[in-house]
Amino acid sequence: MTAGFGLTTYLRQLGADTLDMVATSGRAGMLLGRALVGSYNVRRGFILLIKQLYVVGVLSLAIIIVSGLFIGMVLGLQGYTILVKYGADASLGPMVALSLVRELGPVVAALLFAGRAGSALTAEIGLMKATEQLSGMEMMAVDPLHRIIAPRLWAGLIALPLLTAIFNVVGVYGGYLVGVEWLGADSGGFWSAMQSAVDFHDDIINGVIKSMVFAFVVTWIAVFRGYDCVPTSEGIARATTQTVVHSSLAVLGLDFVLTALMFGEIG
Amino acid sequence: MDMRRVEIMVGVFVVIGFAAMIALALKISSINRLTADSTYRVYAKFDNIGGLKVRSPIKVSGVVVGRVADISLDQQSLTAVVEMAISVDYRQFPLDTSAKINTAGLLGEQYIALSPGGEDDVIRDGDSLTETQSALVLEELIGKYLFADKKPE
Repeated sequence: MTAGFGLTTYLRQLGADTLDMVATSGRAGMLLGRALVGSYNVRRGFILLIKQLYVVGVLSLAIIIVSGLFIGMVLGLQGYTILVKYGADASLGPMVALSLVRELGPVVAALLFAGRAGSALTAEIGLMKATEQLSGMEMMAVDPLHRIIAPRLWAGLIALPLLTAIFNVVGVYGGYLVGVEWLGADSGGFWSAMQSAVDFHDDIINGVIKSMVFAFVVTWIAVFRGYDCVPTSEGIARATTQTVVHSSLAVLGLDFVLTALMFGEIG
Repeated sequence: MDMRRVEIMVGVFVVIGFAAMIALALKISSINRLTADSTYRVYAKFDNIGGLKVRSPIKVSGVVVGRVADISLDQQSLTAVVEMAISVDYRQFPLDTSAKINTAGLLGEQYIALSPGGEDDVIRDGDSLTETQSALVLEELIGKYLFADKKPE
């Protein structure tokens, strides 16, 4: 039974991890359900939502705009130097716009959002838990899920698709700046080839759907990690790290699944 | 924090966000794509459509007048039938207009070029073009040159 002891330990560890995972997803689902369902004070909720939109949306604008500009500029530079070798610099517009609208916009904006806003949400809610503000609210018969979690969820859901749209537009202009203004691709060809290649339904709408899915996942992970954290300074640090790691992985994994579903059949 | 300032900033953020969405729709994609109700259908049979796709442009003297709506195979003649949706703004094509599949540049996308003929009657919704010229398949062309001196038959 000497070998059996090691095996049992591993099996037990595996079982404990699985149970923990199931329990965590159950708690995450409960949090989501209880935060979104139930009676709202519309006027009060609206003010809370505005405040959170400011925190996750307006304060993320700077990093989104700067990153979008640079990513568009790099796409313009790389795309032009490669395409011009084959005399295909007229395809610069479609290349920049399609890579931004379909992939880079939703994914990079979601990753930045997870780092900039998601981690802040987790740390804030975790600290509220550690300083017992959440239990204090419960004591005063205020449901922290409605007061704290729900506005943050909705704010994330609204803010990220808007941030993604801004990211895409700034990125396209970044590509235009480098490809057309600095390197000399044809301006008319840039826009007209872009407009004939980018389809409103297939590309733009699918990009928006992607960013909505990412917004939902990233915000959900962020508020859940904060709400579920061990209420110590170490626990908050771990929860914040987990938020960024888990939401980045979720975004990249989901992006593949969504791309396969949306663009898979296009030959 | 001053709630008024927060509200103004959020308002600005939402306006910028929606403006970006509208810019995506109007400037980056072309939402004014020809819709079904403002087009009429013309059919043409080709021996070989090459790389023509649904939504490929239809051009007259280089001007886009419509898009390919559907591509199917005729069960009797076993040739490709291309359904073209042409904008109702362009109604004046003579009945003997010919259709040809061209390539934009050496490696570019393929499109249908219409060359108007000289007849007085114009094509109407549902008509078929009789004079067509198939796509130029690069491999066949290269093959012809490569094996030109061997000539099996």
